[in-house]
Amino acid sequence: MEIIMNWLGTIPGAVAQGLAWGLMAIGVYITFKILDVADLTVDGSICTGMAVCAVLITNGVNVWFAILCAMAAGMLAGLVTGLLHTLLGIPAILAGILTQLMLWSVNLLIMDGKANVALSRFKYADKVLISSGESERVKSLIILIGFCAVVILILYWFFGTELGMSLRSTGCNLEMSRAQGINTNFTKVLGLALSNGVVALSGALLAQQQGASDINFGRGAIVIGLAAVIIGEALFQRKTTNFALRLLFVVCGAIIYWLVFQTVVFIGLPTELLKMLSAIVVALFLGIPHLKTYLVKGKKKKGGAQNA
Amino acid sequence: MLEIRDIHKTFNEGTVNEKKVFDGLSLVLEDGDFVTVIGGNGAGKSTMLNIVAGAYPVDEGQVIIDGVDVTRLPEYKRAKFIGRVFQDPRMGTASDMWVEENMSVADSRGHCRGVRWAITGKDRERYREQLKILDLGLEDRLTTKMGLLSGGQRQAITLLMAAMKKPKLLLLDEHTAALDPKTAAKVLEITDKLIKENGLTALMVTHNMRDAIAHGNRIIMMNAGKIVLDIKGEEKQKLTVETLLAKFTEASGAEFTNDRALLS
Repeated sequence: MEIIMNWLGTIPGAVAQGLAWGLMAIGVYITFKILDVADLTVDGSICTGMAVCAVLITNGVNVWFAILCAMAAGMLAGLVTGLLHTLLGIPAILAGILTQLMLWSVNLLIMDGKANVALSRFKYADKVLISSGESERVKSLIILIGFCAVVILILYWFFGTELGMSLRSTGCNLEMSRAQGINTNFTKVLGLALSNGVVALSGALLAQQQGASDINFGRGAIVIGLAAVIIGEALFQRKTTNFALRLLFVVCGAIIYWLVFQTVVFIGLPTELLKMLSAIVVALFLGIPHLKTYLVKGKKKKGGAQNA
Repeated sequence: MLEIRDIHKTFNEGTVNEKKVFDGLSLVLEDGDFVTVIGGNGAGKSTMLNIVAGAYPVDEGQVIIDGVDVTRLPEYKRAKFIGRVFQDPRMGTASDMWVEENMSVADSRGHCRGVRWAITGKDRERYREQLKILDLGLEDRLTTKMGLLSGGQRQAITLLMAAMKKPKLLLLDEHTAALDPKTAAKVLEITDKLIKENGLTALMVTHNMRDAIAHGNRIIMMNAGKIVLDIKGEEKQKLTVETLLAKFTEASGAEFTNDRALLS
């Protein structure tokens, strides 16, 4: 009984973390699902968001302004990837990796050469929006839900506009988009900037939640984001699901990811294995559609042989 | 309306795969011309359309649409003047988007895409009216994903999208080649209707000689990057497949070689 109670006790923390990561997953959704690009910039830009927010807050800047700056920095990172990809013709994945590597140095510079900037909740309690402290738990959860709701609504609106529609069609069909007069280079850059802005927002909130910004924080973030997107799709999505709900399911996917994570930690599985586990889960889910077609083809071939 | 002036184009120049497609190609289309294009294997029909659309840059020469030199304009900027339908039905529309969303993307062609809400109730009504013209029952499927429709349905909608903004030029690149004969006939009928109703100038590549003769007011035949035959008006009305083949051999000094055209 006590064990169950203890386990239940981990849920609010996992949900809070899932909400903050949910925003990151929404960013991944924009590139991976809408633009059809696997953007690895996010591993760096989530940390950029963290670093900018933490450094500004410790320097006495208002938290809302710090969050805005973090988002702007993230968008700038996306812009760089976008320009590397479109202007220089570097494949999107490689462009993302290059920016990610650049960002490692940039993030260190932002944090004044330190690998870690503490944002302890005792010292900055009244300067941050959210924290992991017991007493502020409810308030933090509400604020996180608020952020998710606002981001989902804004994106829902944006992707319903002419400009948003042109972004979606760029991800769907490049030839058709150009034939319909869409500057696909522009839409790609815009999508990457938008995505990384949202990812950096997630980083800014995570810095407050974790009470620190850490240079190594973003490593493998893309995999967590992808896992959230995939879990959300697999569990909830139907063919007719509307766009706002799809984004909501991505956030739900992130929450489930962290619930599972906390449970695994709670059971006592060695945490070193967790990244391997998430990577395997993502690889499996990404591979299933391919395996399916392979299996179907195999069956057809057999049928053909019988008919002949 | 369209003027192709002395186009030169070589692919993979300076490599073993070098292929000279055009060595001075010129063509003038009058306002309201509906030209069918037919030609042998590798004659450069599709390449010509792609050059006009801006998908391939030219080595030399000019493309002029309605008095505007568009030679240096990128593909997406030329889209303001041009509507296109491709051979592959999947290529002209976005599979993962709804019918009305696809139409809305086409509806924004030629003006700056801002943050105006893309599909209002009025737009939807307009799209429905336009889909009715196709007579395929698509007016009730505005929120169906494009990918769930058949090739013929997609091609018909692509046509509608291409003609939507009354482009100065309509480019049809074997747009019925991937369809079964019955559907192809239906799509061609819609093509005729849209071109007539909107008074469009069109360039239609086809591999079907009968279609090439039956549609449009002018026919051109291409061989090895040159226009070897250009027949219009009454003379075109009287053409048959046999006379056309004879004229081709006479003009080009070669047998007409297009596997698909001869089989169909």
